Amino acid sequence: MAGVAVSTTINGDAVEYLCQPDETLLDVLRDRLGLTGAKEGCGTGDCGACSVIVDGRLVCSCLVLGAEAEGRKVETIEGMAHGDQLHPLQQKFLEHAALQCGICTPGFLIAAKDLLAKNPSPTEEEIRFGLAGNLCRCTGYDKIVRAVQDAAEVMKGA
Amino acid sequence: MNFDPRYSGRNFSSVGTRPIRPDGIDKVTGRARYGADFNMAGQLVGRILRSPHAHAVIKKIDTSKAEKLAGVKAVITAKDLPDLTDGDAAMYDILDNSMARKKALYDGHAVAAVAAIDARIARQALKLIEVDYEVLPHVTDVDEAAHHHAPLINDQIFTEGLEEKPAKPSNVTKRTQFGHGDVHKGFAQADFIVERSFKTEQTHQGYIEPHACVASVNPDGTADLWVCTQGHFVYRQHCAQLLGLEASKLRVTSSEIGGGFGGKTHVWAEPVALALSRKAGRPVKLVMTRDEVFRASGPTSATSIDVKIGAKKDGTITAAEATLRYSCGPYPGSWAEIGAMTAFACYKLENVKTVGYEVLVNRPKTAAYRAPSAPMAAFAVESAVDELAHELGMNAVDFRIKNAAQEGTRASYGPVYGPIGIGPTLEAAKNHPHMKAPLKMNQGRGMACGFWFNFGGQTCTDLNIGMDGSVSLAVGTVDVGGSRASLSLVAAEELGIDYSQVKAIVADTSSLGYNDMTDGSRGTFSSSMATISAARNAIKVLRDRAAQMWDIPVDDVTWEKGHAIAKGEKYGNLSPLSLKDIAAKSGTTGGPIAGHSELVADGAGVSFATHICDIEVDPETGATRVIRYTVVQDAGKAVHPTYVEGQYQGGAAQGIGWALNEEYIYGKDGRLQNPGFLDYRIPVCSDLPMIDTQILEIPNPNHPYGVRGVGETSIVPPLAAIANAVSNAVGVRMTHIPMSPPRILAALDAEREG
Repeated sequence: MAGVAVSTTINGDAVEYLCQPDETLLDVLRDRLGLTGAKEGCGTGDCGACSVIVDGRLVCSCLVLGAEAEGRKVETIEGMAHGDQLHPLQQKFLEHAALQCGICTPGFLIAAKDLLAKNPSPTEEEIRFGLAGNLCRCTGYDKIVRAVQDAAEVMKGA
Repeated sequence: MNFDPRYSGRNFSSVGTRPIRPDGIDKVTGRARYGADFNMAGQLVGRILRSPHAHAVIKKIDTSKAEKLAGVKAVITAKDLPDLTDGDAAMYDILDNSMARKKALYDGHAVAAVAAIDARIARQALKLIEVDYEVLPHVTDVDEAAHHHAPLINDQIFTEGLEEKPAKPSNVTKRTQFGHGDVHKGFAQADFIVERSFKTEQTHQGYIEPHACVASVNPDGTADLWVCTQGHFVYRQHCAQLLGLEASKLRVTSSEIGGGFGGKTHVWAEPVALALSRKAGRPVKLVMTRDEVFRASGPTSATSIDVKIGAKKDGTITAAEATLRYSCGPYPGSWAEIGAMTAFACYKLENVKTVGYEVLVNRPKTAAYRAPSAPMAAFAVESAVDELAHELGMNAVDFRIKNAAQEGTRASYGPVYGPIGIGPTLEAAKNHPHMKAPLKMNQGRGMACGFWFNFGGQTCTDLNIGMDGSVSLAVGTVDVGGSRASLSLVAAEELGIDYSQVKAIVADTSSLGYNDMTDGSRGTFSSSMATISAARNAIKVLRDRAAQMWDIPVDDVTWEKGHAIAKGEKYGNLSPLSLKDIAAKSGTTGGPIAGHSELVADGAGVSFATHICDIEVDPETGATRVIRYTVVQDAGKAVHPTYVEGQYQGGAAQGIGWALNEEYIYGKDGRLQNPGFLDYRIPVCSDLPMIDTQILEIPNPNHPYGVRGVGETSIVPPLAAIANAVSNAVGVRMTHIPMSPPRILAALDAEREG
């Protein structure tokens, strides 16, 4: 099968790659570009571990084709911190121990970033439903919700 | 080295604080490397062909077409994993589960595998493998499988543990019995007796990271395995034995692990990856799909349990009895045995008897799942306890307090308890504001207790002090939820230095002595004991070096708060030497400074918990909602309280999923119908409330800091606590887990119809 040439923007950088027409954006990120922060927990869009933001929209990268990234802006966990400055969500996840094994963490951080961009002052219920597309099996979500609440406060003050 | 593991009271400086974990930054930036995040030059993609049949003889496998496909570098079947188990039946079963040898024993059983240059070619190659099956009758239900007329899964199995060897083979592999006293006499003394049967369905650990590994076997017999596992030393032993490698030549590196909960204590596809690499002569990466994870790894037992408990009018339990049938998958296990041991462990009983039956079924091999076997037994027993309290007209907490085991109680499974936490967790639950909070319509409150043994085991730890005074701690227990933070705290505590001076890592199998795996809630218990021992050994060296620097006898040097102190007035002019001062001079005082420890961490302290929950039931739909949830558990000593809370919350959440929704659903064809997160639905964020925790600290006398394991007990009470809450909400006793809406509606309908 002939590869598809794609020009896109990932975390602010211009990126070009060749991918197969049936290859997912997740596979491209992980296997072609070495961006392994997005995880494959299911491959069917049910767990959210592969969450990325494409043109301001939260998506499961396992449900997007690599070819579909043409001309778009993709944001992944690797671009969340600014240099050595962690994003407030990253910092609050650490402080609240909002991760145990950590495999779901990149997806949760991306989803929470998207949530706060759209709703800077979410209620607990809005956080819970906003993050309901991301599965965590370790924490029971308690500390994740608290970390997002705390980060929202910090970001409002910033 | 004369290490004294006994508890001694102390004022802690580091232990009990809540610093950020050392591996945290990599995990929030996406840099942490899990099983599937590692690659090697020249690596191939491995894929496994799995049986679509629940039970079938494999008559012939033709791999010739797959082998001819361009880009395919190796195709293997069971022939490429010859039987080297030398009569070791348990190892043979692991081998057979990795790759079916004569029969496919469940939907999803591996029958062949390929390694190809990319995933697409590997998938194509699987389609070209022709397997000739002779489909056999199958059985997937635990009660049906135990019947004498059920299809036989293994005709070499004759029930063990009976007085006489049975004449015919059976799917019941073993009978075990525990208890003491005379239950017949006890029931005769009872004023009230509750007798009920319960069922629980099979669940999966549900770790978000599928099994993944990269295997590289060299022609000279050396090999590397990168893998997500709870126990890389155990994986090394098993893989080396199955592949015919020398253990020391197989280096296993544990990746960051994306959840295990017991499911990553067993080798699954790793021997296959190694066999593929050996045949292809190149590294092979093998990652399971989620479908494969559900069909071929994990799950826990499905169970069928009968319970009978009798009590006097004053609330004293006079006798308790349980018969427990646990599914094992197609290979013998000891799951019912563990259930039979834990069933009545919370109580002080004069007459108690439990009998366990291990039952083979055509489902994936049962694997450990967090306090394996205990939640189902607790569901049955704690439901019956609640019902008995109700019949007696006693408060459910008071009834449990009256009968709770105490220090000196002989446990139903044999030993006599030391200091334990069941009574204190019950008292704390009784006094918790949650118990007094008002309930609304259609809401019910439930509570239940849980027990887990906790394990210790073989442990080896290295503590190395750098010349700049920083400390690297190498442990061999995989960090599943923050143990590098807790072990760094322990090293800092013992050495008397700051947490930030210590960096803990999990070492590979070639860098450290053997360690048992992270199971049985042993990670922090056993590795903290070994870390304390290693630190104390390092302190001996530090004192010796300080003595050299001062040119005084080492017996005159003590270690306090991270400094060597010269004892006595005659040394008044000698200022204390910090660890950093001593480390800086190590090159001229005898070389590197380190402390090592190899020990068997005996004396793991048993653990108890009491949970309270409020559930709202919609009587029209049978839908449930968890309104409030509280966990009270004894930690012995909470080394890093935030991560202890996390263990309590996580276990409760898993228990909530198990109680209300999760189950393996098999069709009549013996195929798993819901092998994905859409249809096997684990709790999501919007399903749960905050989970309140209360940590009790009743020191374990067999650990220097009093630490007990904390990871598993939290999943034991939820099934029963929620069942009691639902039963209280709807006025009907729930006896089948999960209490999904259709089951709740059916129970309500049955009650209405009388």
